[in-house]
Amino acid sequence: MRRIRPETRWAYVFLLPWLIGLVVFQLGPMVASLVLSFTDFDLIGSPEFVGLGNYAKTAQDPKVLRAVGNTVYYTALHVPLSIALALALALMLNRITGRAAGVFRTIFYLPSMTPYVAVGVLFLFLLNGQAGMVNQFLGLFGIEGPQWTTDPDWILPGIVLMSLWNLGSTTIILFAALRNVPRELTEAAMIDGAGRWQRFRSITLPMISSAVFFVVIINTISALQMFDQVYAMFFGNQIAQQSHGDAALFYVVYLFQQAFQFLHMGYASALAWVLFLVIMVITLIQVKVGNRLVYYEAEEHAG
Amino acid sequence: MAVIPASPGSRPGARRLGRIGLHAALAAGGLLMLFPFVWMLLTSFKGAHQMLNTPLDWLPNPWRAQNYPDAFGALPFAQAYWNSFYIAVLNVVLTLFTSAMAAYAFARIRFRGSGLLFGLFLATQMVPQQVTVVPLYLMLAELGWVDSHLALIVPGFVNPFAVFLLRQFIRAVPIELEEAARLDGAGRWTIFWRIVLPNVRPGLGALGIIVFLASWNGFFFPLIFLNSPELATVPLLVSQFAGQHGATDYGLTLAASAISVIPMMIAFLIGQRRILNSMAMSGLGGR
Repeated sequence: MRRIRPETRWAYVFLLPWLIGLVVFQLGPMVASLVLSFTDFDLIGSPEFVGLGNYAKTAQDPKVLRAVGNTVYYTALHVPLSIALALALALMLNRITGRAAGVFRTIFYLPSMTPYVAVGVLFLFLLNGQAGMVNQFLGLFGIEGPQWTTDPDWILPGIVLMSLWNLGSTTIILFAALRNVPRELTEAAMIDGAGRWQRFRSITLPMISSAVFFVVIINTISALQMFDQVYAMFFGNQIAQQSHGDAALFYVVYLFQQAFQFLHMGYASALAWVLFLVIMVITLIQVKVGNRLVYYEAEEHAG
Repeated sequence: MAVIPASPGSRPGARRLGRIGLHAALAAGGLLMLFPFVWMLLTSFKGAHQMLNTPLDWLPNPWRAQNYPDAFGALPFAQAYWNSFYIAVLNVVLTLFTSAMAAYAFARIRFRGSGLLFGLFLATQMVPQQVTVVPLYLMLAELGWVDSHLALIVPGFVNPFAVFLLRQFIRAVPIELEEAARLDGAGRWTIFWRIVLPNVRPGLGALGIIVFLASWNGFFFPLIFLNSPELATVPLLVSQFAGQHGATDYGLTLAASAISVIPMMIAFLIGQRRILNSMAMSGLGGR
């Protein structure tokens, strides 16, 4: 047997607790989940092998189609809107100085400190068709607001609206990136007579492109996994669940129902793997596209 | 204040106007962010009779502070606070400790399998928790940990992001410090404990805050693993409360929400500079 280098032994001593956790709580369950996804298992009795049956079922399950539709609709609106708004806030923050910038940064981040569940409960109230503040505000302009929480056509737009309140992290990341844009660059361009839009387009945006790219990926992944707020709003009790039909059925909500309400563990595992594959494909596409669009400095930071 | 050079041709008056406009736009944005909180607080003092008045009553009339003790008494909120708090603290301690050890190995020790392990670790970062949750549930049920806090504490420490972040920090510690200690006869563990950890304190602090928040605000796992009311965490209890009272008494429900939000708000306002810097630095913050 080959002698194990003492260095290697030490490395594994340091890695051990984490490695055990990785195997027991991450890799093991991943493999188990993949296996379960090929079975029919409802906690009673032992899993029954059904091959690709569960995956075939997802393609035909009308609820899955509905949930995918809702989730994609939400993601397609939430990601561009939230990043555009956060970028606008970050750009404005970057142009003011001193204390005021800190105060605004804090205020913009406050919503992100709020538990998602509380956000959901709060917005169920704010979006209420009769007594909600949103419609009261629209009323000031003579607009009769929709029934955001009960009209199936308006539930998703309402959820998008709620998501736009949570711009904190995205704003903070973009703001930090803007701070790192060397001032000399924009100043040089200014002297050359470049207008504001031109400076933004050809200097600022390329310089922060990796941060923008990063928040696009992060926001897309988390939008696809939307759960907490929607669950607290529309699925917290039986009455709420029935009265909204499937207008607020998000993919992970349906997965949760299959697993922990109907105890279809095999089917839920298949749903989870479909989600995983979709996230992986989207991330890969974004990385591919990103590599073409993102400007990386020749010198990387530490690491 | 930094001097912002005027673009050629812009007059001081126009610049002044621009600055006022800028601050006004930011203030409007800030108001939109703050308003839901203000409205939550105001509403939490209103009685049920005030909810459907049109036009809306801005202020509670009368101020019903009773909503707070009522909400607090209806479900075991005091217990939930303690549950959320100690679970979050244990999550922080476990995550920081195991992640720092692993990060040190990845950052500073050359060993067989390093590349393979790190690749594996990066791959797990992309796996959504929905993939592992079903087998995790089955396994923890087998262990008898379902409906126990162990289900939230023990599996929580596997956090690839934490290892990644701390590895960056450890790499920035000057290697000379370690070499000097080694010459003095310090072993690996002493170096890790006495030299490396104290030098990455900002990283540990940032990570600790992120882990604490994620644990405190977490909902998916408590919802799945906990049943008994006395074991509930704060978000779980708020969701149950809204389920029971949401449609009938908004004042009471929003008082319950406010109860869940206020302590974090206060903690945030005290430590906000550090928290925001760490969020920007890590680029994540969980959401």
